[in-house]
Amino acid sequence: MKKTKSATLERKKEIITALEDFGLNLYEQMEKGVFPSIKMPSRSIENIHYSSDLRQYVLGERAVRRSARNIRHIRPFTQLVWAAYFAHELAKHRKTSTLRDVYYSAQAYNMSFKDQPESNNIITDLETVSGFAREDFNVFPEERSAIFGDLTIEYTVPGYEGKQLNLTSHPDGVMIGPALTSAEFAKTGADKVIAIEKGGLFTRFVEEQVHKKFNALLVLTAGQAPRATRHFIHRLNKELNLPVSIFTDGDPWGMHIAMVIISGSANAAHLRGLATPDAKWSGVWASDIVEYKLPSDPLTDIDVKRLYELQKDPRYEGKLWQKEAKKFLKIRKKAEQEAFSRYGLTYIVDEYLPAKLEAFEKS
Amino acid sequence: MFKRFLGAHPENDKRKTKSNHSIYHVVSRGDGWAVVQSFEQISAADFFYRNRDLAGFTNPTRAIFSSLRELVENSLDAADQSGIPSDVYIRLSYDHERVVKEADEVKSKDENLFDNDVNSSEPKVYRLRVADNGSGVPARHIPSAFGQVLFGSKYKLKQARGTFGLGGTMALLYGQITTHKPAFVVSSTGGARIYMYKLVVDIQRNRPIIMDRKLLLNKEGWRGTIVEFSLEGDYAKAMSRILEYLKQTALVNPYANITFIDPKGRLYRFSRVTTKMPPPPKETKPHPYGIDVETIQRLIRITPCRNMIDFMRNHFHRVGEKTAHNFLESAGIGKTRTPKRLSQEGIVRLVKMMKRFRAFLPPDASCLSPIGEELLKAGILKELKPEFIAICQRQPSTYSGHPFIVEAAIAYGGEIQGKNDIVLYRFANRIPLLYDEASDVSWRIIKRINWRRYKVTTGMPIAILVHICSTKVPYKTVGKEFIADRPEVKREILNGIREAARQLQHFLTKREHVEKERRRLSTFSKYLPKIARFSTELAGKEKAPNIKKLLSSVRKYEEN
Repeated sequence: MKKTKSATLERKKEIITALEDFGLNLYEQMEKGVFPSIKMPSRSIENIHYSSDLRQYVLGERAVRRSARNIRHIRPFTQLVWAAYFAHELAKHRKTSTLRDVYYSAQAYNMSFKDQPESNNIITDLETVSGFAREDFNVFPEERSAIFGDLTIEYTVPGYEGKQLNLTSHPDGVMIGPALTSAEFAKTGADKVIAIEKGGLFTRFVEEQVHKKFNALLVLTAGQAPRATRHFIHRLNKELNLPVSIFTDGDPWGMHIAMVIISGSANAAHLRGLATPDAKWSGVWASDIVEYKLPSDPLTDIDVKRLYELQKDPRYEGKLWQKEAKKFLKIRKKAEQEAFSRYGLTYIVDEYLPAKLEAFEKS
Repeated sequence: MFKRFLGAHPENDKRKTKSNHSIYHVVSRGDGWAVVQSFEQISAADFFYRNRDLAGFTNPTRAIFSSLRELVENSLDAADQSGIPSDVYIRLSYDHERVVKEADEVKSKDENLFDNDVNSSEPKVYRLRVADNGSGVPARHIPSAFGQVLFGSKYKLKQARGTFGLGGTMALLYGQITTHKPAFVVSSTGGARIYMYKLVVDIQRNRPIIMDRKLLLNKEGWRGTIVEFSLEGDYAKAMSRILEYLKQTALVNPYANITFIDPKGRLYRFSRVTTKMPPPPKETKPHPYGIDVETIQRLIRITPCRNMIDFMRNHFHRVGEKTAHNFLESAGIGKTRTPKRLSQEGIVRLVKMMKRFRAFLPPDASCLSPIGEELLKAGILKELKPEFIAICQRQPSTYSGHPFIVEAAIAYGGEIQGKNDIVLYRFANRIPLLYDEASDVSWRIIKRINWRRYKVTTGMPIAILVHICSTKVPYKTVGKEFIADRPEVKREILNGIREAARQLQHFLTKREHVEKERRRLSTFSKYLPKIARFSTELAGKEKAPNIKKLLSSVRKYEEN
């Protein structure tokens, strides 16, 4: 485990060096008397491709040049340089920040952004230009996802270095925030990860001791999983070799929550380490609605439209995905995870989950 | 020089009043039959006394405004004609004698029935004095010039402010009927004597009655005219119009000094900014297109010419030997005929053919005196203080044989206020037109123009000025308040405004460019130092890179 620890610190160092090189490059250009410019991969729709090798979206060959010579570029260019400087300060002082915080911090440097999306976009530029995720720069979105289970972590954040925590210590779960994201994995007794879409079910699973019964780490995605959570799942899968299964509502939206954890999103095509291609979507499937005779609602027009879109999505090429999307369209029904409650509170844990996990292990 | 006029142009309705004319009092009986009740003859003065609305003396507010205006215009015309930059002095004061007397009367009666408050907006008696440095009126003409309606020096075909020969006397007449007081006129043409007259108008006979006459020695060589009389009016209500009138007058007469002291003792002074005056107009003969039967008859009566060729050549504007030949030939009128022997039908035919003949040369503009670009600019700068002025003087043009010139100007920014509507200043023969703006052809033209084409948006601080000068301004009414919708005039005004608007557009576009460039430079000088600063920090360097060269290169590049 020592190895991963140094890897984390190593990565931090890499980031700081990358940011400094970025600044030095601009500095040298100006010293030469030329307008500083940078080149980075284009994030336009035409340049986002699905890589079946990496099983995620990637950026293509196309690059854009941002130059301080260009009147339309100079403002975002300056913002980008400021963002690099700000990230460098965060990394140097080992402080964390949120996207909101970045937006406000800019004002202190007389660099105000016109709105939050503009500042978010600049952070994405910084990710693209450096190849690191904003979480690497200690910039986090507002957190809402959590983890519970037998995993002991060791903090690396200032003031907690070396401190360990077992993630069963609090029944509400532990928030996947900056501290947890940067923590090292010390040891775990679990042999799988179960990601759950909704807070209600997550709490029920903790109460029903699912982590013990199935020897699993429970991750609450709270809807579409934040990038920090996706990265965390990625690490659990890669560093601890834990298989991941994902439980969502039985509708196109739940289906896509699972897909983004598995294959990533187009918005993050410039980043690696967010997708977990080996994770499995374990339900609720359209066929489960039929098989378990779950109470259901009819699909809305928007649901149907979304399903047609997903069918064409390159990430949905797999047999299971095509089959389930078709099935949804056939039965025209959707069901929430809570639908299992019609068979009693513990049915989902006692009957459904074991059957699914068993099927999962066989596959 | 004083506005007297005897229907120089036949289509002018006023003409009818020039001769002693009979008025029939007709009483309708209501059964469709009308019975002629009585016949009586009234004089021109009487006619205007009865119809003073026609000349702009509708109510006390209008009356005081019109009186002042008529006298000021006479003064300006008088100075224009002598070629001296005008100095006009106007004083309007309360007529104290009258006020005191009335106050005494009121005291003896029921005080509650009379409002004797001097500050109230009731009509009061004022004393108006207008003095100028114009050419002066020859002594023998003074009584008639001021005491007889439609007597004057402007019965000539050249541009002048006054047209109807009516205004000055109307003002005195109005003063007389509202106050029963004589008027004082002092004038000198710069000779050895100054003449002072105290006179009233005999309304029924249209004659001046001289009540007193004095001679003074003119030691200083003074030249000019002073008119002073009492009249009833409402200055409180007329004040804004009067001031606006004076301001606009000063605008188109930048070579004039105008001083005005109002009844409260406030001094308004509009100083000249130049002594240059527009070239004075030349007198001209009538143009064949503008002629009518009555004019021909009169010309025939006085002509010494023995044949039609000479008659055409000598009495008409821009008709020479060749044109006369061509015209008479194509009209089928004998070239050697004696004008005096033309029959009534022959005269009618002559007029008809004149109007049809295409080959008459257009009237030339020597009888006109436009303000000119330089003076207009000076006037606008002086009174409106704008940031930008565009001026367009159109080539002379004609309507119905009357030459005219349109001058249009657009002023932008500076002290001009941005309003929802464009501000329009209208002038005719250098007289500001203040009333009935919405009926004026210029107003309608402005409303029709698509201003966005000229980069003009609502709320921009813009003033438009339209000046039309002509031997006969196409007024729509006798009140001289707005210009009629003549197609030829309309076209000239439209083109004039468009031309000025194009200049404005150029200016606005250029300014936009300059503004854009300024913003560009400020953007660079705002952001480049920041890029330098943050990269220096990131690179861990001590000294920031030198970006002065970069900044100056931005500037240089753009100036090329």
